[in-house]
Amino acid sequence: MQLTRRDLGAIAAGAAVMAALPRLALASESNGFEQAIMDFTGGVEPAEGDVTLGTPEIAENGNTVPIEVSAPGAAAIMVLSTGNPNPGIVTFEFSELSGERTGSTRIRLAKTQDLIAVAKMEDGSFTMAKRQVKVTIGGCGG
Amino acid sequence: MAKVKPRVKVPKSASAGDVITIKTLISHPMESGQRKDKKTGELIPRKIINKFVAAFEGTPVFTANIEPAVSANPYFEFSMKVPGPGTIRFEWTDDDGTVYDLEKSIAVA
Amino acid sequence: MKKSIGLIGSAAIAAIVAASAVADPDDNNLVIEGQSLVSETTAPEGSAFEIIYSGWRFRSPETQVLETDDFENPGMVAVEYGYELWETAAGSSGKSCADCHGAIEESMSGLRAGLPKWDEAAGKPLSLEHLINRSIKEHQGADAWKWESAEMLAMTALIGLQSRGMPLDVQTDGPMADWYERGKELYYARVGQLDMACANCHEDNWGNMIRADHLSQGQINGFPTYRLKWQGLGSIHRRFKGCMKQIRATPYKPGGDEFTALELYVASRGEGLSVETPAVRQ
Repeated sequence: MQLTRRDLGAIAAGAAVMAALPRLALASESNGFEQAIMDFTGGVEPAEGDVTLGTPEIAENGNTVPIEVSAPGAAAIMVLSTGNPNPGIVTFEFSELSGERTGSTRIRLAKTQDLIAVAKMEDGSFTMAKRQVKVTIGGCGG
Repeated sequence: MAKVKPRVKVPKSASAGDVITIKTLISHPMESGQRKDKKTGELIPRKIINKFVAAFEGTPVFTANIEPAVSANPYFEFSMKVPGPGTIRFEWTDDDGTVYDLEKSIAVA
Repeated sequence: MKKSIGLIGSAAIAAIVAASAVADPDDNNLVIEGQSLVSETTAPEGSAFEIIYSGWRFRSPETQVLETDDFENPGMVAVEYGYELWETAAGSSGKSCADCHGAIEESMSGLRAGLPKWDEAAGKPLSLEHLINRSIKEHQGADAWKWESAEMLAMTALIGLQSRGMPLDVQTDGPMADWYERGKELYYARVGQLDMACANCHEDNWGNMIRADHLSQGQINGFPTYRLKWQGLGSIHRRFKGCMKQIRATPYKPGGDEFTALELYVASRGEGLSVETPAVRQ
């Protein structure tokens, strides 16, 4: 493919957006996910650890984003959004009949953001994982 | 969808001690409470399935506490360790108090 | 496939279609519940394409997989509702669809693949929704369903499913020839504030990215389709309407002659692709 003038323009514009992103992220206010974590853990800061948070890297539509969480030995796993109007998404609770401590669902994401999964382990400890999901803005979509 | 309809997929039989995968889906708009009516500009009140419970012979297997960020037609997939033959009961609770339920028996070979 | 963006006449589309990172359809095979479907085939004679592709091939793996499993496909819930409607007596006749048509697997097999089709009584081609409403009104003696109602979508999904895997094949000659030409004119007619035709995106720029969206050839072999954006099923005419709104044109009326003609023409462009109803798209 030949690189055209328009390509160069697109690349430059892309670079400008990339440069602006971190500042935007700092400027935006939290949706309260930090507090939601504290409410779930009873004030304990969870360490990053043995929770798997499976998501697409890029979601084709923010209305339906498939996710899967699992954490061996978890009693419950809470999934939180850092970029939706409200932080809560879903909390799975397990039991001795659960088999693997895993759950999948489909969620709504308002924009590109980090998702957080916090697992409450059976021994009372907490562990968490974080993963970014890019939510694309459809060109058309009708 | 005009009608709320639950569906579940459970293996018909398994061996005791097997870990099986269960899939569930219920048709429901999951009105988030964030959307505005296009004509009046008023917020459309929240109406979602806020809780899903699967229980085997009365013992909970998997529970989901659900917020409006779960997509329309909520889908859940999870696993269960089969203790023996019995019935799994699935319950979805709507904000309006309605409980939609479904039961599936599992045979043990 | 590499197409130069410089060929596009419309300034509007040039501004939103990225020239870099051309993303061809992927190589995935569409297998639904063990049945192989044709998502790529040699284009019909006279086509602007060499090879035609189902829209499925342009979607992300996460979206694609939803269509391959009848449990995970959220459109199948509507199909179940359709079965209920099929078997429920209604109207002054006190009859259900099944009372006259029998087993849907036999009576409706193949219908979707050949629509819209010429109807002598109406003197024009009819879409599936037209046929259903006529039967409801004239035979069942009940009230017609709205084009985009839950009932209509459930029934079109259920009937369409009976042709899943069959190749699209519509009549374009005889009395259909005029309608085909009318649909073709509409396909290439620039309309709206953005001054764009269907062809500007789906013929000139398929495979390119329109912002973050991967443009397909605009095939309609999967309708009614469950769209993640809609969070539900929608009809072919709803999709046409959505496209027209995006180019800031005044949409034609769903069920009207313009969209029926366009449906015929677009269906003919996809001849050979398998019916995927109910498909899943972004």
